Amino acid sequence: MKKIEAVVRVEKLEELTEALDKFGYPGMMVTHIEGHGRQKGLTEQFRGREYKVNFLPKIKIEIVVKDADADKLVKAITGIARTGEIGDGKIFIYPVEDTVRIRTGEKGDGAI
Amino acid sequence: MFRKITAFLAIFAVTIGMACLAFAQDPSGAETLAKNPNSPVDYVWILVCGFLVFFMQAGFAMVEAGFCRAKNATNLMAKNTIDFVMASLIFMAFGFALMMGNDYRGLIGTSGWFLHGENYDVGRYLMFFWQLVFAGTAATIVSGAVAERLKFKAYFLYSILVTAVIYPIYGHWVWGGGWLSKLPFGAGHVDFAGSGVVHTIGGFVGLAGALVLGPRFGKFDKDRKPRAIPGHSITLAALGTFILWFGWFGFNPGSTFSAHQLRIAVVAVNTNLAAAAGAAVAILLVYLKTKKWDVGMMLNGCLAGLVAVTAPCAWIEAWAAVAIGAVAGAIVVVGVYFWENRGVDDPVGAVSVHGLNGVWGLISVGIFADGTYGLGSTSEPFVKGLLYGGGYSQLIAQLIGAAVCVSWAFALGFIGFKLMDKFFGIRVSPQEELKGLDIPEHGTPAYPNFYTYSN
Repeated sequence: MKKIEAVVRVEKLEELTEALDKFGYPGMMVTHIEGHGRQKGLTEQFRGREYKVNFLPKIKIEIVVKDADADKLVKAITGIARTGEIGDGKIFIYPVEDTVRIRTGEKGDGAI
Repeated sequence: MFRKITAFLAIFAVTIGMACLAFAQDPSGAETLAKNPNSPVDYVWILVCGFLVFFMQAGFAMVEAGFCRAKNATNLMAKNTIDFVMASLIFMAFGFALMMGNDYRGLIGTSGWFLHGENYDVGRYLMFFWQLVFAGTAATIVSGAVAERLKFKAYFLYSILVTAVIYPIYGHWVWGGGWLSKLPFGAGHVDFAGSGVVHTIGGFVGLAGALVLGPRFGKFDKDRKPRAIPGHSITLAALGTFILWFGWFGFNPGSTFSAHQLRIAVVAVNTNLAAAAGAAVAILLVYLKTKKWDVGMMLNGCLAGLVAVTAPCAWIEAWAAVAIGAVAGAIVVVGVYFWENRGVDDPVGAVSVHGLNGVWGLISVGIFADGTYGLGSTSEPFVKGLLYGGGYSQLIAQLIGAAVCVSWAFALGFIGFKLMDKFFGIRVSPQEELKGLDIPEHGTPAYPNFYTYSN
């Protein structure tokens, strides 16, 4: 099992949710986060004075998948989340030791 | 502390009780009506306008909350409420008598304490209510300039100082038959609805408070360069500005103190035009500087225009209202940068909006007054300024009044805040300031079920 952690643009969430559902992964964890990568922050303005906003709002999607599905899912997410502009985000992939479905006690791939 | 408050309330209650037993003039209003069957329209006009002015408290509360951070919103609501609470009680006890009582040597009024005796009269009560909502407005302006760092206790005491002393005594000089209204220049110093009496007073007491307090943590960086501290809701700030704009249609036209002065139509139009001109100039100026359409500054510009036109609104025509408002919009933009670059932290721009533009409003009477209207009446003396052949006379009266107003408000405000600071310290601790005043001072966050983050 692999965990895919994708930090993406806020406006891409809906499209990604639909795509993951199509690949057979209707479940996911979504967190509203703030952060910045290499692009740093933005300049905003309040009553005539500009100020830097260091952290931008992003969406973090976490999803645990079968080893065999990992590659094609990462490819799909990359395809959807990419605009080609600075600020598209990043994907991190981790190995997962096991999964337990709390309701039944099931373990492994079947519990995903 | 509790015992002291109880004792104070007891004395207050006994005094009111005695007042009720005293001789009354026309408490039912029957006599007044019989003498003047036309009076109901005036009473209703003045009261409805007074209710609109009262509603400006809501406007100030929303503008200040919107321009400040969410962690201080409860504190701002508390301050904007307590100043009108204290204004009502204190102005009834002392302020009204000092302001509108029988004149003593042009300096203070000396009768009508506790609305007592002859003041138990519908006419006097009407005047009291009208002056009270103005006193409340003057008091509430300051809360913006001292926002996010002044202890509630200090604000509580400050409200008493403004409504018992600073506002009514200066008010007496201009509106209560005092020495400024009798200056031997022009028609005397004139201030139709209170650019000076209400706004300059509030603005410069606010400046005194901001100076004694010092800037908020984080307002200036290590090189003392100003930084923006964005407010938490432009939506609330805009709502507050609309409420104030609406309230001003009571503030200025109601200051004719009579519905029989049909000049109210001119006053209403001028009030609106100045607000519009101020907003337009402010947003355009900031656009030229930053290439962004800055809503916060537009809202300030709108209020600046309203403040400036408050003194001249009854004596000018439409084009002059636009000119006065336009200059006000420029003054507020320059003012906000000016104070910030000098290390003064005024979180909502109250000093520039009310202080500087209050002064401009007073001066503008001496320039633009067109000689078609008198001192709240259609008969002489008419108020005539420089551009309409009145010479410098009225302008001199206005300049003297403005100088007196600024000095009086700033000096007493500064002494008041300094004294309080010496006795108990008027600024919250750095920890409380960083946390926001809502929980340490009041125990109540403004938005308990929302995720709010502080910077």
